[in-house]
Amino acid sequence: MATQQTQLLARTLLTPAVALLFIWMIVPLALTIYFATLHYNLLDPGSESFVGLENFRYFLTDPAFLASLQNTLVLVGSVLAITIILGVPLALLLDQQVVGLSIVRLMVIAPFFVMPTVSALVWKNLLMHPVSGLFAWIAHLFGLPAIDWFNDAPLFSVILIISWQWLPFATLILLTALQSLDEEQKEAAEMDGASAISTFIYITLPHLARPITVVILIETIFLLTVFAEIFVTTGGGPGLQTTNIAFLIYSQALIQYDVGSASAGGLVAVVLANIVAFFLVRIVGRNLEA
Amino acid sequence: MARMVTTRNKVISTAAAWLVGFLIFFPILWMVLASFKTELEAFAIPPSFLFFHWTTENYVTVQERSDYFHHALNSIVIAGGSTLIAMLIAIPAAWSMAFSPTKRTKDVLLWMLSTKMMPPVGVLVPIYLIFRSVGLLDTRAGLIFILCLGNLPIVIWMLFTYFKEIPKDILEAARMDGATIGRELIYVLTPMAVPGLASTLLLNLILAWNEAFWTLNLSTLEAAPLTVFIASYSSPEGLFWAKLSAASTLAIAPILVLGWFSQRQLVRGLTFGAVK
Repeated sequence: MATQQTQLLARTLLTPAVALLFIWMIVPLALTIYFATLHYNLLDPGSESFVGLENFRYFLTDPAFLASLQNTLVLVGSVLAITIILGVPLALLLDQQVVGLSIVRLMVIAPFFVMPTVSALVWKNLLMHPVSGLFAWIAHLFGLPAIDWFNDAPLFSVILIISWQWLPFATLILLTALQSLDEEQKEAAEMDGASAISTFIYITLPHLARPITVVILIETIFLLTVFAEIFVTTGGGPGLQTTNIAFLIYSQALIQYDVGSASAGGLVAVVLANIVAFFLVRIVGRNLEA
Repeated sequence: MARMVTTRNKVISTAAAWLVGFLIFFPILWMVLASFKTELEAFAIPPSFLFFHWTTENYVTVQERSDYFHHALNSIVIAGGSTLIAMLIAIPAAWSMAFSPTKRTKDVLLWMLSTKMMPPVGVLVPIYLIFRSVGLLDTRAGLIFILCLGNLPIVIWMLFTYFKEIPKDILEAARMDGATIGRELIYVLTPMAVPGLASTLLLNLILAWNEAFWTLNLSTLEAAPLTVFIASYSSPEGLFWAKLSAASTLAIAPILVLGWFSQRQLVRGLTFGAVK
C-alpha cells in the first residue's frame, strides 16, 4: 500500500518535467517538419503552399549548403584536433607536482567562462587586428608582415578563437580522468623498468580513451551549432568562407525570411546532431548501469 | 640523487605550467588592461603593458552612453529566472527518479539527455514565429522560458547524479522511525542535498548567463542581456576598444568568480556523469 502510494507520488513528481520536455521537443520539431514542406516566405505573406520535398531539394543542392557543410566539418574537426592534441599534454602537465597548481588551474579554465560574444570580439579587435592588434605588433617585432587574419584566413581565425574557448574544457575533463588513474599501477610499471613513454602509451593513454571520446562527442554537439562567434566576427563572410550550417539557416530564416528553406536546413542540422547524439547517449547509458 | 631529480622535475613542471597558464589567460588579462586605457592608448603601437595612464573613465562612459545596468539587470533576471524555474521543475523529477526508480527510469533519463542534443538552430524558425505571433520577441519572459527548457535536461541530470549518492539507508531509517514523506524531505533529504543543489544552481547560472544563440536571435534591445549588448560593439566602424573592454570586463567578472568556484561540478554537469 505504502509502496503504491510512493510510486504514485514519484510519478506525479516526474510528470511536469517529462511533459514540458516532451512538448519542447515535439511541437517545434513538428512545426519545423511542417514548414519544411511549404513554400513560405515572410516577405510574401499569404503565398504559403505545399511543395513536398522541394525545399530539401533546394537546400541540399544550394551551393551555399555544400560550402557551409564543408565549413562546419572543417571547423568541428579542427577544433577537436586542436583541443585534444593540446589538451592531453596540458592535462599531463597539470597532473605533475606544480607549485601554485590551483592558481594555474584557474588561469587555464578561465576562457571557458567568458561569454562567446566577448571572446570573439576581444580576439578579433585587441589581438587579431591587422594594424593595431597585439599579434600584428609581435609579428613586427620579428620582422614579419602582419597577418590580416579575418581576410586572409577567416575560417582559421574563427577556429582559433573557438579552440581557445574549448581547450579548457578538454583539459579539465582529461585532468579529472588522470587524477582518478591508479597511482599504484603507474608505480608498478616504473618498478618494472618501464620508460615514461611506454607508461604513457600502455597505461595512461588507454585510461584516457573514454574521457577523450566523451570530450569529442560533447564538443561536437556544441560545435556543430557554433553561432555567436561567427555572428560577431565575420557575419559568415567573406563570401561564404565562414558560413556554417547554423549560420546559413539563421541567414535564410531571419535575413531572407525564407521559412520553408530554413526549416529544411534545420532538419538537416537535427539529423547531423542525432548521428553524434546516438553514440554519446550509448556511452552515457553504459556508464549509468555501472 | 632521486630527491634532486624530483626537485628539478618540480621546478620544470612548475615553470612550464605557469607559462602555459599565463598564455591561456593572457587574452583576458589584456582585455582587463585595455579597459583601463584611453581609447588612443588601447590601440597604440607599440602597446603599453603596464605603464600607461590608468583611467576608469571607460566604465563611466559605458554606463552613461549605453545604459549598461539595464542589460546587466536583464542578464541577472533571465539567467536567474530561468535557472530557478528549471530547478523547481527538476528537483521533484530528479528526486523521484533517484529514490523511486522504475524499469523505465534509465530510458527516461537518456531520453531527457537526447532532448539536449537537439541543435537549437533546428527549431529556430518555429520558435521565432511562435514568439512573433504571441508577442514574446524581445521580452525577458520569452528568454526565461526558452533558456529554462534548454537547460532543464542538464539540471535534472546533475541533480539526479547528486541525489543518487545520498545513501538510501538513511531514508529507510527515517521511515522506520515513522517520518512522513514530507518530513523526510525537509529534515533528512534537504540538508544532504544542499551541496548538490548549490553546484547545480551555479553551473546553470553560468550556462544561462553565457547563452548566445537564443539571446542573439530573440532579443534586440528591451530584453537584451549582456551577450547581445556586447555583440553591438561588433560594428567595424566603431573602434571603441577601451569601452568594449570595460563592458566585457564587467560582463564576465561575476561569472568568472562563480565559475572558479564550480570548476569541479563543471566536469560532472557537462559530461552527464560520464567522467567524474
